[in-house]
Amino acid sequence: MHLNRLTCHELVEMIKAQTVTAEEVVEHVFRRIDEVESKINAFISTFKEDALEKAREIDRKIRRGESVGLLAGIPVAVKDNICTRGKLTTCGSKMLSNYIPPYSATVVEKIEAAGGIIIGKTNMDEFAMGNSTETSFFGCTRNPWDLTRVPGGSSGGSAAALTSDETVLALGSDTGGSIRCPASFCSVVGLKPTYGLVSRYGLVAYANSLEQIGPMAKDVLDCAMLLTAIAGHDPRDSTSAPRSPYDYTSAINGDIKNVKVGVPREFFAAGLDERVEKSVLSAVSILEDLGATCGETSISYLEYVVPTYYLIAMSEASSNLARFDGLRYGFTAKCDGDWNEVFSATRSEGFGEEVKRRILLGTFALSAGYYDKYYLKALKVRTLIKREFEKALAKFDVLVAPTMPILPFKIGEIIEDPLTMYMMDIDTVPVNLAGVPSISVPCGFVDGLPVGLQVIGGFFGEEKILKVAYAFQEHTKFNLKKPEI
Amino acid sequence: MITKEVVENVAWLARIKLSEEEKEKFARQLSEILEYFNVISKVDTSSVEPTFHVLELHNVFRDDEERESLPQEVALKSARESEDGFVKAPKIL
Repeated sequence: MHLNRLTCHELVEMIKAQTVTAEEVVEHVFRRIDEVESKINAFISTFKEDALEKAREIDRKIRRGESVGLLAGIPVAVKDNICTRGKLTTCGSKMLSNYIPPYSATVVEKIEAAGGIIIGKTNMDEFAMGNSTETSFFGCTRNPWDLTRVPGGSSGGSAAALTSDETVLALGSDTGGSIRCPASFCSVVGLKPTYGLVSRYGLVAYANSLEQIGPMAKDVLDCAMLLTAIAGHDPRDSTSAPRSPYDYTSAINGDIKNVKVGVPREFFAAGLDERVEKSVLSAVSILEDLGATCGETSISYLEYVVPTYYLIAMSEASSNLARFDGLRYGFTAKCDGDWNEVFSATRSEGFGEEVKRRILLGTFALSAGYYDKYYLKALKVRTLIKREFEKALAKFDVLVAPTMPILPFKIGEIIEDPLTMYMMDIDTVPVNLAGVPSISVPCGFVDGLPVGLQVIGGFFGEEKILKVAYAFQEHTKFNLKKPEI
Repeated sequence: MITKEVVENVAWLARIKLSEEEKEKFARQLSEILEYFNVISKVDTSSVEPTFHVLELHNVFRDDEERESLPQEVALKSARESEDGFVKAPKIL
């Protein structure tokens, strides 16, 4: 049996019942990593010995009859912009290629407290800036469904590791679609939580008013389990919402009769690949067959979401990434000059092209004479977009839309054309601007390439979107299809 | 329109040294991107407040209690150069 192919909910039962050991599970995962990693490049670093040691510790606890957590013995891959104490955390950048954080992110502490085992750090677009994983300093991750195509991004390593069974669970982060895009392109499940539900303490900031860490998994129930482990208030993150712990798996199973599903027509406009549209519309009729009430609705201003998102994200990035001075931690250029010279040379060599582009544009948008025209204007349009979601979600329980308007594209096909890359985020970025939760769940294949369905909820409506996604998955079983690698 | 001079100025503000080739490439790309971003000027926002943050959280306080913090030697471990418990920086003036 290949234990690495199983889900978290299956494995936890088996580990607790002692029909398998956590050590065996971790061994199987690393055997798979040895087998396929040269083709996939999902990981920047892996921790085999530490992981095996932790697994044996869980096994000992179980044999002694001690209580173990929700994720007991389960391998978890962590995106490399989430700090792991004593373990390299690079953000996919040369700038942090030598950075070993002296502390762990809250989500990492929570996973470990729940018995989860961190097996490695996954590849990503540099500083999470991209939707293809091509901007990583450590080379592109490949899509397991077609090795010539991108896995999506920026959490491309996490998604590809799940698809290729190199892990059981994974963490991603989502600033403008970075969990949902690769989930869609790799046919896995990924959830962007409501802003403030999951602590950002220990997440290297890119655009802090937009981003959230979230769970990625092979099915919806696993996704709910990981969300349960990481959600909750954290006094170390001042933007963390004061909410009590909650078990997101508890109500996932109910039927979706009478659930009101809104289909915003703007998400089905020009630019959407017809084949993707067909898959998503057939998903809508499946939801109707399952008893949901589907109706057309509208999210106005969708044609403005990409500029609005990028102006805000780039502005925040230019401020957040000012900390990389090469003095306190990270890469330093070999340069004997004064402060400004060392600082500028370090950032010139340490940052890749896309990161420079975004810092420059963000600096421009915040500079004297342009602040009102670009940054402040974008923040006002953001208010209008947020209101659109509030209006639609007052009438409907959830909204459904394509996650990505296109199928996974070829490596190198679009990377030289930044504007075209940005435009592909049209269906994911509005969710971050509004701050609401959204899940991407597999909804079919076109010529062997995956399509994702996005289910968007109201503030703290994670339970509802998980329930709709679960009902859809249980009926369609697209999650069970695996690629040959 | 973003000229090479504008790119030079912004790159100085952001402390990123650029090659001549990069300056020209970014001037071209940033012009194209900003031209597209300009569509938001068409939206009427005259009576709209900006959204800096989606959650209505204000003044998050905690009790002023002494807690454990990173030991100095751990905090300095990643620094390029340190001396007498400080991060050593290149000369500023």
